[in-house]
Amino acid sequence: MFTLSAEGQELVKKELTRYETPYSAIIPALYRVQKENGWVPEDAVLHLSQLMNLPASHINEVLHFYTMFNKKPVGKLHIQVCTNVSCAMNGGRELADALCKRFNVKYDEVSADRKITISRVECLGSCDTAPMMQVNDRYLENLTPELAIKKITEMGG
Amino acid sequence: MQQTKLLSEHYDKPEFQNLDGYKKHGGYAVLAKALKMDPKAIIEEVKASGLRGRGGAGFPTGTKWSFLPANGEPRYLLCNADEGEPGTFKDRLMMERAPHQLIEGMIISAFAIGSKKSYIYIRGEYDYSIACVRKAIDEAYKAGLLGKNILGSGFDHDMDVYAGAGAYICGEETGMISSIEGLKGQPKLKPPFPAVQGYLRKPTIVNNVETLAAVKYIIRDGAAAYRKYGTEKSPGTKLFSVSGNVTKPGNIEVPLGISLKDMIEMCGGLKPGRKLKAVIPGGSSAPVLTADEAMKATMDYECLAQMGSMLGSGAVIIIDDSNSMVDLLDVIMHFYHHESCGQCTPCREGTGWLSKIVHRILKGDGEPKDIDLIKKVSEQMMGKTICALSDAAAMPAISFVTKFRGEFEQHLQKARTTSGGVAHA
Repeated sequence: MFTLSAEGQELVKKELTRYETPYSAIIPALYRVQKENGWVPEDAVLHLSQLMNLPASHINEVLHFYTMFNKKPVGKLHIQVCTNVSCAMNGGRELADALCKRFNVKYDEVSADRKITISRVECLGSCDTAPMMQVNDRYLENLTPELAIKKITEMGG
Repeated sequence: MQQTKLLSEHYDKPEFQNLDGYKKHGGYAVLAKALKMDPKAIIEEVKASGLRGRGGAGFPTGTKWSFLPANGEPRYLLCNADEGEPGTFKDRLMMERAPHQLIEGMIISAFAIGSKKSYIYIRGEYDYSIACVRKAIDEAYKAGLLGKNILGSGFDHDMDVYAGAGAYICGEETGMISSIEGLKGQPKLKPPFPAVQGYLRKPTIVNNVETLAAVKYIIRDGAAAYRKYGTEKSPGTKLFSVSGNVTKPGNIEVPLGISLKDMIEMCGGLKPGRKLKAVIPGGSSAPVLTADEAMKATMDYECLAQMGSMLGSGAVIIIDDSNSMVDLLDVIMHFYHHESCGQCTPCREGTGWLSKIVHRILKGDGEPKDIDLIKKVSEQMMGKTICALSDAAAMPAISFVTKFRGEFEQHLQKARTTSGGVAHA
């Protein structure tokens, strides 16, 4: 069964009393799981349920409502290309396709070397720098396919 | 035309991010002034300023505040920084360049409404914004600007950041409240309105980042000075996020009421050889304007409402003649289908059908009746759900197929000729 590190468990316990209700600690706890594991496995929900003394069904509900929690494994670099209006108008969709082709991976799947997952996502709030993408926590902006490939390679992709 | 930099005056200075730098430019002086005022007088000043919510709905801020019950019940102030309306990127700029400006505006607002606890709900993708605001809150605590007995006034206030996790619907105020409460971010029926029963069923005020930051300037200069900017019904300045097919996209701060034509010119105009085709004036939920309408529009709440659209969050998407309107509507409908929270049938099913129908028209598989079907489905989605997401999907759908009907018909024509006269089901 997945378990958080001792440090992670400590953090979750702190979050439980940080807000007015312990339920508010679920999102921070799921973030912590994702930080330690890259994605949120099913048994992490049971672990959190025991650790937080909250119903597993409720934690599951929260997990599945929010798109930022990965419900299956992702590559070391999770590349999320915006394909909403302003980015679509400026080549965002073509950028996403070009990256899949270059790194030989289908959307939302993990590349053979486990390094890369490419997803198309909705507006990331950086429309003046279209097309853009988010690699893990980092925004990369004003891209061309060539520039994006160069940056991904520099980041170890 | 030049920008009118009231809120954004110091955004180009990196030092404005930190407490020391912020103080150099008069930071927290307005808070000191406000803490000596009668809280009721602050509310009256905000009411007199005519400030309207900058997140999308444009509801008068002072009026919203006055809906709070006049009892001693604890009340919460929530800052909506879940900026997710496609085309909007102004709150991110504000949090990254001037986190203390937001915090100061929030403490003043919290003092006015008598709130001892506030949260800034920031969308999870804004990792850097979250870091900037968290750091600024720490600095403010260390300097005695948050916590107990702020600046010796006897007023206590605690502030925290809550990070979302990727859901457009959490920008809807009751959806946001559900999310902070640790639930799925599904909106709640109104009434009761949050001012009466919000976060944990306690009186709660939810205001946008830009709204709360603007409060600082209303208290600094007075309502009359604030009203010198903008129009009678849309006073003040506003940050607009301009994107799409302009040569210099970006955030600009201008008085409300400037012409959309001037705004496009301020952003470098269109690319050489391109013609304006359409403008989405207030985020993807706002009904689209044709080029002719856009040339007559002024950027204020009343003009855009009169034209059947809305100012929304101030996200202006400029569309030139290189785009297919069928393609863009397909992108927009995919978005609303993806973001529907699923609890109301007209929205859950309606957004799915709209996305499906527009997509089949785009792919050349449409049927002649599809244009009217889009309108019919859209009409059935309006005003029938808990929150406004359903309307937000229906409004662009109706406006696109009505104002650009010819383009949709062309796609259908193509479908008929390429499939031997019979369209696919």
